[in-house]
Amino acid sequence: MTTATARISRSGHTAAKPSRNAKSRERALAWARRAPLLPALVFLIIVTQLPFVVTLIISFLNWNSLSPDKTAFAGLENYVTVLTDPDLRQAIFTTIFLTVAVVLASLLIGLGLALLLDKKFIGRGLARTLLIAPFLVVPVAAALIWKHALLNPTYGLINGILTWIWSLFGSVTPPQLDLLSQAPLMAVIVSLVWQWTPFMMLILLAGLQSRPMDTVEAAQMDGATSWAIFRHLTLPHLRQYLELGGLLGAIYIVQNFDAVFTLTAGGLGTANLPYAIYQTFYFANEYGLASAAGVVVVIGTIIVATFALRTVFSLFKKEAAR
Amino acid sequence: MSTLTPAASRKAAPVRPTSNNASGRRGKSRMDPTRNNTAAGLAAWLLALLFAAPVVWMILTSFHSETDAATNPPSVAANLTLDAYREFFGETSGVSPWPSLINSATASILSTVLVLVLAIPAAYALSIRPVKKWTDVMFFFLSTKMMPVVAAILPLYLFARTVGALDNIWFLILMYTSMNLPIAVWMMRSFLAEVPVEMLEAAQIDGANLLLTLRKIIAPVAMPGIAAIALICFIFSWNELLLARVLTGVVAGTAPVFLTGFVSGQGLFLAKVCAAAVVISLPVLFAGFAAQDKLVQGLSLGAVK
Repeated sequence: MTTATARISRSGHTAAKPSRNAKSRERALAWARRAPLLPALVFLIIVTQLPFVVTLIISFLNWNSLSPDKTAFAGLENYVTVLTDPDLRQAIFTTIFLTVAVVLASLLIGLGLALLLDKKFIGRGLARTLLIAPFLVVPVAAALIWKHALLNPTYGLINGILTWIWSLFGSVTPPQLDLLSQAPLMAVIVSLVWQWTPFMMLILLAGLQSRPMDTVEAAQMDGATSWAIFRHLTLPHLRQYLELGGLLGAIYIVQNFDAVFTLTAGGLGTANLPYAIYQTFYFANEYGLASAAGVVVVIGTIIVATFALRTVFSLFKKEAAR
Repeated sequence: MSTLTPAASRKAAPVRPTSNNASGRRGKSRMDPTRNNTAAGLAAWLLALLFAAPVVWMILTSFHSETDAATNPPSVAANLTLDAYREFFGETSGVSPWPSLINSATASILSTVLVLVLAIPAAYALSIRPVKKWTDVMFFFLSTKMMPVVAAILPLYLFARTVGALDNIWFLILMYTSMNLPIAVWMMRSFLAEVPVEMLEAAQIDGANLLLTLRKIIAPVAMPGIAAIALICFIFSWNELLLARVLTGVVAGTAPVFLTGFVSGQGLFLAKVCAAAVVISLPVLFAGFAAQDKLVQGLSLGAVK
């Protein structure tokens, strides 16, 4: 007996009920079924969908809260500004680059880690727990630690270790990095990759451990090399999990605010769209412009999400067919 | 049937039970287990230590004095002290983090309760007695989670300002509820879908009413799931910064908001920054280690089991 057939038989109960007041009874039954769902549904529509509609409306207005009497319909002006203003356009590119870089790097490292952790070795549970730690530090706290305790050019851990290693060889002039001012976007990327790799690892590990072992064993019996097994059995099986990890990672990282806000405060070309929008409405009070940028983020997310939904949907169908 | 149910596969997911391993991978599998795995184990441990190093360093530094914390090369063997924690809790500076910690706890716990109150009936309607087109409803929930917060934050801010709900913990609680509700519904549905239909039918035949069925059949299966969902909602609310920063201020500010203000106000006192980071991360570290695999399930919106 599978859950799918169960579900069908469950809904099948109500489908056919011939009686005198069949229609109204059926309707009443349908509402009885729907009733438990409605509070959550209505709440979410009010709290998430309505505000977005308002954002959409504001995005067509010329509205700076510092000069409220100049509020007027602006047409597409705000959208033109978002796409042409050098800072905002830069923010779009930064968002794309940041997201792609972090997702790819954390997926690759996460895949490597998942493959290692799939093998049995001494203290595997503890190693796994240690690896998850980065993901469990509160994001703002993690960003602060990276900024002050690790990347600080004078007493951060990374330069400290460089000094120590160089002193082992009797050198008093170790190389000292200053990632935060030399390559601030890199600093943001490194800290985010550190935080997100465990997430990718956990998803991929779940994928690896759901892999049917009989085909792998059969391949081993036939003398397939580990690389051939990885390439032709493991990777195809992991594909869905790689997609899911990548797309969900993208959706979370596109929205990242904490790291950009804390590490660089958006300076030196690190402002992504969420940070730029925050600044545009919170400090510049350009409500129309901020809203248009918000809509641009949503359009971008919809593009990513369409793929994400397809992936999730295929997993979903798999589950329903089980 | 038991090997095919989601329950069984989920239990097997985190660390494959040794009994499974022994029977499933006996014999010719893993040709040279010892050599291969020692190398993999070493590599994994090396990377694990590398990834954990920043966390370990944060904890270690928080127990150092300010002078020992700010040295180059690092002073690993320096004396341990609780000074940074004393400072952080305001014994010398007079700025107490307690109100913000209490705000965070209030917002996280109450929004979690609200989420459960809304999500459990919804998931019931989507799995035990599924409404028509339940997949469409599921995807609507999911799509709200995919909308970036920045796309709705200005109207929320304007609304809060208009009705006087700025810097009000209750408004933040409502926001956190909407933030976590989709995930909770998704996870809850996948947990409830595990309730064996035979048992439900048997209960129906025996004439058990809805309440009895809920209590005796559904609750035992759903309880671990509810606990996991609660932990995940708690963690997400506790971690949240953007909404809290825009919607709260002096009165209702949460711990992440306090932390950002604390650092810019106090300047660079490394040990104190680390102590602060440790204190606000502690609840999440505990909750997260307790619910490691549930965390992935939540983040991947219940899709990966």
